[in-house]
Amino acid sequence: MILEARSVAVRYRPQAPLALDGVSCQVAGSELVAVVGPNGGGKTTLVRALLGLLPLESGSVLVQGQPVSTWSRASLARVVGVVGQQEEAAFRLTVAEMVMLGRYAHLGPLTAPGSVDRAAVSSALHRCDIVELADRPVDSLSGGEWKRVRVARALAQEPRALVLDEPTASLDIRHEMELFELIRELVDSGLAGLVITHHLNLAGRFADRILLLDRGVVVADGVPAAVMNRDTLSRVFDWPVAVTSSPDGSPQVIPLRAGEQQLDRNREDECQPKPSKDDCQESFS
Amino acid sequence: MSAGRVLGLVLIVLLCLVVGLSAGAVPLPLHAVWTGLWHPDAEASAIVRELRAPRVMLAFLVGGSLGICGAALQAMIRNPLAEPYLLGLSSGAGLGAVIAIATRAGGAWAVPVAAFIGALAAVGLVYRLSLVSGRRLDPHVLLLSGVVVGAFAGALMSAVMVLSDAPGVRNAFLWLLGGFGAASWRALAVFSVYACVPVALLLFHARSLDLIALGDEPAHHLGAEVDRLRRLVYVCTALLTAASVASCGIIGFVGLVVPHAVRTMFRPLHRSLLPIVFLVGGCFLVLADVVSRTVVRPLELPVGVVTALIGVPVFALLLRRTLA
Repeated sequence: MILEARSVAVRYRPQAPLALDGVSCQVAGSELVAVVGPNGGGKTTLVRALLGLLPLESGSVLVQGQPVSTWSRASLARVVGVVGQQEEAAFRLTVAEMVMLGRYAHLGPLTAPGSVDRAAVSSALHRCDIVELADRPVDSLSGGEWKRVRVARALAQEPRALVLDEPTASLDIRHEMELFELIRELVDSGLAGLVITHHLNLAGRFADRILLLDRGVVVADGVPAAVMNRDTLSRVFDWPVAVTSSPDGSPQVIPLRAGEQQLDRNREDECQPKPSKDDCQESFS
Repeated sequence: MSAGRVLGLVLIVLLCLVVGLSAGAVPLPLHAVWTGLWHPDAEASAIVRELRAPRVMLAFLVGGSLGICGAALQAMIRNPLAEPYLLGLSSGAGLGAVIAIATRAGGAWAVPVAAFIGALAAVGLVYRLSLVSGRRLDPHVLLLSGVVVGAFAGALMSAVMVLSDAPGVRNAFLWLLGGFGAASWRALAVFSVYACVPVALLLFHARSLDLIALGDEPAHHLGAEVDRLRRLVYVCTALLTAASVASCGIIGFVGLVVPHAVRTMFRPLHRSLLPIVFLVGGCFLVLADVVSRTVVRPLELPVGVVTALIGVPVFALLLRRTLA
C-alpha cells in the first residue's frame, strides 16, 4: 500500500467541528482512486492529511507503511507527486525550467542537474505531450497546457504515487478527457493515483474505486457501480439524480430538474439495474 | 549562464570598482589609482588606500547584500515589490542602531547587533500585522504593514534623538544621513563578519527559493521544508539589513531595483540569479556612491537620496505592472 489513512480525524480549530471524522482510505500501485463529495465534504482536507500537512487529532497516515510524520519533505517528494488545485507562477520560468523544479528532492543544494535529471524531465515532457512547449514561458500557456506542465513536474519527481486535486477544474471537454486519459495511462503503468474531483461521471469512467466523502465522513467506498447509486448520491448531494450508464457501461450521473423526479421514478425499472444502453440514453435525451 | 556573460559581468564589476576608486572630490587618473594601490609611497596612496578602497569595497558589499535580501524576500512573498526598505526591516534596524549610537552602547561591533534586534522586531511586527487579514500573507497587506512599521520606527527614532544628550544626537543624526563617508577598513571588517554567514546561507538555499516562489503548498509538495526556509530568510535578511544599516545608514530601493533589472536580463532561477544580483547590486551601489560624492562636489549627497531617485520610478513602474 503506498498511501493509507487509518481512522483519521482532523479538526482545524479547537472548538470547530471535525473536518474529517474517522476516515480510512488506501491507494495501491496501479490503482486509481477518486475522492468525490459535496463542497466542504473534506476532500482537500483528506489529501492534506495524507501528505502530512495537517496535524491529526486521531488516527494515522502511512506512506509506504511508514507514518507520514517520519518522512522529510524531500523524501516524501520522491514518493508522492502532487498537482494542487491552483498555482500561479510569480516569476517567468520556461516550461523546461518549471518541470526541472520537480527534481529538487533528488538534487543537493549545490549540485547542478545532471544527465539523470535531464532524462527524467525529458521523459515527463514526452509523457505529458508537451515537448514542443519546453521553451515557452509558463505565463503564456493556456489552462490545459499549464495543468499538463504541472503533471509533468510531478512526474519528474519520479514518484510512486500521483495525487491530483481537482485536475480538470476550468478545462473544456477535450482537455479534461485528455488529462484523465493521461492519468489513467500513468496509473496503468504502475503509479498509484488519487484524484479529487467534482466530475462524478469522469470518476465513474476512469477510477477503479470511488471514495464518497460527506461532512468529513466516508459515506461509501468501492467500485464505481457500487458507490454511484441513485439514492446515496441524491442524499449526499441533496439533489435528485438519476444514474444511467455510458457507452462503456460505467455509471453516469444526471442531476434532475424539478418535475423530472416523477419521470425518473417511472423509468427506474427500465434503467436499473442493467439498462439497455440505447434505451437509457434515449430516455434522457 | 554562458561563459561570455560571466566574463562580461566580471569586467563590468572591475570597471565599476575602478570608477569608484578614481572618482571623487579629487578625481584621480587611472595610473594614479594604480600606483596609489600598489605603492604605499605614491602621492595618491593615502586617498586610494585609506579612503577610497575601503569605501568602494564597503559600498560593493552592502549593495550586493541588499540586492540578495530583496531577491530572497521577493521569492518568499512572491511579489517583485518586496525589499528590506519597503518591508520596514531597514527602519527597524535603524531604530536599533539609533538607540545604540545615541546611548553610546558598545561600539562599532554593538551597533549591528542592536540593528539586528530592531530588524527582527520589525519583521515580526510586519508579519503579525499582515496576518490580521486572515492567515495568508497577502503581499499588498504585507507591504502596507511594512510602511506602517517603518513610520512607527521613524517616530521612535525621532523620540530617541530628542531625548538623548547633545553629542548622542549629533552622532545619531550624522549616521542617519547615511552614506559611506565614514568607511574604513575596520567598518569593512565589521560588515564582512556580520554579512558573510547570511549571504552564504541564502546562496546555499537558492534552489529552495525557486520552490517557495511557487507558493507554500507547491513548495511542500516538491520537497522544501517551507517553515524552516521562511525562518531562515527572515533571519538572514534581517541580519544583512542590520549590518548594512549599521555601517552606512538607511539606503532604500537597492533590493528592489537590482533583482528586477537582473530578472529581465537573466533566467529567474535563484541559483544563478542570487550571485548575479550580488555582483550587480554591488556595482549599483558603488556607482550610486560615485554620483553622491561627485554631483554636488565638494559637498556629498547622502547615497540614499541617489538610490531613492532611481528606485521610486522603478517602484512606480513595478506597482503599475503588478496591479495591472
